[in-house]
Amino acid sequence: MTGTIQAGDDHFAIEARGLCVYYGGFLAVRDIHLGILRHQITAIIGPSGCGKSTVLRSFNRMNELVPTARTEGQVLFNGVNIYEPAVDPVRVRQRIGMVFQKPNPFPKSIYENVAWGARINGFKGVMDELVYESLEQAALWDEVKDKLNQSGLSLSGGQQQRLCIARTIAVRPDIILMDEPASALDPIATLRIEQLMQDLASRYTIIIVTHNMQQAARVSDMAAFFMTDDSRTGYMVEYGPTETIFTKPQDKRTEDYITGRFG
Amino acid sequence: MDTVRASTDDLAATLRQRPHIRESLIQALLLLCGVVSILTTIGIVYELGSESLLLFTRQQWEQTNRTLASEIDAATLTLVTGSAGAHLYAGDVIRIGPEVMQVDRVQGVTLSVQRGQQDTAAVAHAAGTEIAKSLRVSLREFLGKTEWNPQIGKFGVWALVNATLMTSLLALLVALPVGLGVAIYLSEYASARARRLLKPVLEVLAGVPTVVYGYFALTFMTPLLRSIFGANTVEIYNTASAGLVIGILIIPLVSSMSEDALSAVPGSLREAAYALGATRFETAVQVVLPAALSGVTAAFILAASRAIGETMIVAIAAGAGSNFTFNPFRAAETMTGHIVRISGGDLSYDSLDYNSLFAIGLLLFLMTLGLNIVSQQIVRRFREVYE
Amino acid sequence: MGAQLNPAETLSTADFEPRAARRHRAGLVWTLVFQISTVIGIIALVALLVTVLNSAFGYVAIEYTVNPATLTDGPLEDASTDELTAILQQGVSAGLYRRLEADQPFAERSHANVLDLVYERVVAPTVVQQWTLIDSLFGKRAILRAAAADYPNAEIVFQSWISARFISSPQSGTPAKAGVRTAILGSLWTVLIAFLMAFPIGVGAAIYLEEYAHDSFVNRIIQVNINNLAGVPSIIYGMLGLALFVRLLGRFTSGAAFGLADPGVANGRTVLSAGLTLGLLVLPVIIINAQEAVRAVPGALRQASLALGATQWQTIWHHVLPMALPGIMTGTILSISRAMGETAPLVVVGASTFVTVDPTGPFSKFTTLPIQIFQWTSRPQNVFRNIAAAAILVLLAMLLSLNTTAILLRNRYSRK
Repeated sequence: MTGTIQAGDDHFAIEARGLCVYYGGFLAVRDIHLGILRHQITAIIGPSGCGKSTVLRSFNRMNELVPTARTEGQVLFNGVNIYEPAVDPVRVRQRIGMVFQKPNPFPKSIYENVAWGARINGFKGVMDELVYESLEQAALWDEVKDKLNQSGLSLSGGQQQRLCIARTIAVRPDIILMDEPASALDPIATLRIEQLMQDLASRYTIIIVTHNMQQAARVSDMAAFFMTDDSRTGYMVEYGPTETIFTKPQDKRTEDYITGRFG
Repeated sequence: MDTVRASTDDLAATLRQRPHIRESLIQALLLLCGVVSILTTIGIVYELGSESLLLFTRQQWEQTNRTLASEIDAATLTLVTGSAGAHLYAGDVIRIGPEVMQVDRVQGVTLSVQRGQQDTAAVAHAAGTEIAKSLRVSLREFLGKTEWNPQIGKFGVWALVNATLMTSLLALLVALPVGLGVAIYLSEYASARARRLLKPVLEVLAGVPTVVYGYFALTFMTPLLRSIFGANTVEIYNTASAGLVIGILIIPLVSSMSEDALSAVPGSLREAAYALGATRFETAVQVVLPAALSGVTAAFILAASRAIGETMIVAIAAGAGSNFTFNPFRAAETMTGHIVRISGGDLSYDSLDYNSLFAIGLLLFLMTLGLNIVSQQIVRRFREVYE
Repeated sequence: MGAQLNPAETLSTADFEPRAARRHRAGLVWTLVFQISTVIGIIALVALLVTVLNSAFGYVAIEYTVNPATLTDGPLEDASTDELTAILQQGVSAGLYRRLEADQPFAERSHANVLDLVYERVVAPTVVQQWTLIDSLFGKRAILRAAAADYPNAEIVFQSWISARFISSPQSGTPAKAGVRTAILGSLWTVLIAFLMAFPIGVGAAIYLEEYAHDSFVNRIIQVNINNLAGVPSIIYGMLGLALFVRLLGRFTSGAAFGLADPGVANGRTVLSAGLTLGLLVLPVIIINAQEAVRAVPGALRQASLALGATQWQTIWHHVLPMALPGIMTGTILSISRAMGETAPLVVVGASTFVTVDPTGPFSKFTTLPIQIFQWTSRPQNVFRNIAAAAILVLLAMLLSLNTTAILLRNRYSRK
């Protein structure tokens, strides 16, 4: 990505400025101003349908895979608006990785699952080491080290999700986006994923979308609360440290949601 | 109380099972319909098998145009033939008049024979009697020899099989890459509108009758090849034209089956690949295609089976008269072309020609059946599990 | 698009050499390759149509045995019936004239009829040279020059080899007079018989497999067997038809058992045998299609019917079948269309090489349109190419209308 680095941008890993996303004629989210801090876990919470995933996917330009999607505003990554025409989305996605709600490992071996992303991005180092490191960071190495040649689909749900995290890590991103990463998993696997997130935060910036408030409260450092207005367009209500959001929310709507009065 | 009890009895009576005769009859009738298909297969296998068996077991007598030079009695073990006529060899079974003999040794025109074979009586024969030679096709000759010319007793099926394989190979060389390319384009690149436009066009390609393709091969493809490679290299009837046009014919088969397989790969896999920073091409070829491999392989095998069984295109464009050659620019008759040509003419039911058709048909049936079964097995065994 | 690194980052991304530009370029090249593959199919289809059309229309050089201008003062059509009859009497042999008079007295014949006879017998046009459509459109002057040089007495006319006359005339030894009427009728007859045989059996088998059959060994065999039969080459069906319908059941298929045999037909090589063979050929495909259509009927519908106390057959007949019928019909029509285009199995079963009489019933000898095309294409003389092309157009038109009907049916009922 070309562009100069401006002073004052340093503390945001990624920042949305006036972000609006349209699907065809429908405005999905409007006017999002959201600056994500480095090496923090930021949770995006809110009732279903308020555009949380849309915002998340606009951070790595995955919205573009929908033919009718259109984006306005800016998303600044290291001071560069990733929606500039000169910016290559393929490069963006190597730097900003994503883990999906339902684990989707490739029907390849465990080794290949981790190695493939790195390979197409032109990894020059020793692949075995990279695979080891990535699986280790994803807390999966001990469980699979003897069966790296087996299919990734032979693992349990929780293991598969950690495998997906490992392959995301393998391309050495700066930011990891997670779209409800544990909602398809059982409680024990969920707990492991949450622990993993805490460990990963030291190396990466993590943004997680979740509809599970308790999870957000447990895991995140910062929280952003979203809602829909009457025309079903999503917007951000409040954004701040998790503790504040959950104990002393500034906005009444936030408080209503936190206390379970709706949503 | 009485009315209550009466109605309970009525109820019991109405609930009791009645024999549904009509239902059972209908079910039996429908089962019969299903059984028709089994009868068809049995019919095919039986007919092909029995006639083929006749080919290999029946003995026919073929004129040699050779005659006895001088008369012989019922006991002598050497005889002299005239010099004209077909050659006789040691081991041949011959017939003079009503008697069958076996030739032990041949020296010029002198034969040493065993008399009175095959339950015939040894008798005297006059000079000038015709000598007929036994013609029996052995399995070894059928599968081993490369010359097919029933007129002179040559029944090596390899000549026909070779031509079939050549046209099919050429067809696959055209159809597999093009078909797969179309499938990838339609499944991974094309917009919904483009897909809606292109799929019917391909369906039309598949719906054109093969006789029309044959016309096309003869009137367009052959002149094209002749102008490219020279009229001296390319004969008017050749296997290359036929092979290329068969390829065009089966493009839609390859593309539609492969596209089904590619589209069945869940979008979440594509998303995962994109999220790692892959381009569309890398995703299509390194993630989606391997994930759909069993379906694509099954499509390829089915295409091969279709190409082998194709008849009219080769009947029109590839040539009449079998010819064992590896040159695609020369005429050579395929298995199917031969069957069509012979059965379109005069055919007597109990001739070797008739039997040999069924032997070829049996071979064809086994080849295509084998390929179809392999294709089905691949889909069943290796069907990718994505979740 | 080089990567500008944030100096605060670790050197993690330096391990990668993404070469994004090169990968995108490779992607573009391959996209082009895939698009070209798609275009190849379209080009082939266009080439095929052009080839056929090219031979179906064009200039022809016609030479008249007797120039019509020498027969009458004005145009030939304006002459009265009596005048034409006189011309005919003078122009043909006495024997032929007597025979024509015996067939139908000239006094009773229509003007058009006598005109036709004069044209056919007296004027007797022959096509001496034909040119392709492309040549005719773009090289007219060259054609006129060549015609003037080689055939100075010929008239140059633009001929459409496909015409109403072509469709309504029977087969003939003279290619210029040949038509496809017998072939069309033969095709329609055989396809009708195939339909009547395969539709009930096919739908019946499909209903059995989908509604009644539980997962037993026999039923699985039946299903696998049907799938395999669908992939057997069509010529094998021809051989089965030859051995079974023509030879084994020859007494029945030739009508001899019913005393209706046509003496001109060689044992069982009749329309009936052909139709039954085609029926066997399309039976597996009809079954598979019908199965899919029946399977698509939601189970809730069946359960609602059974819950009301209906028997299984009542459920099928009143609820499942009506709902599945559009899908079944679409599949059947497409199978019929395919059967109409089949050539090889019917050649094996014994289509006659030269039939001039229309088939009158299931026990007649037969030829079909694809077989006619096959025979004409196999003849070396150029003029056969033209009538083969015309016949191809007729066949394609018939298939197009069948397929369009099927697609319209599918669209109409899938909009539910």
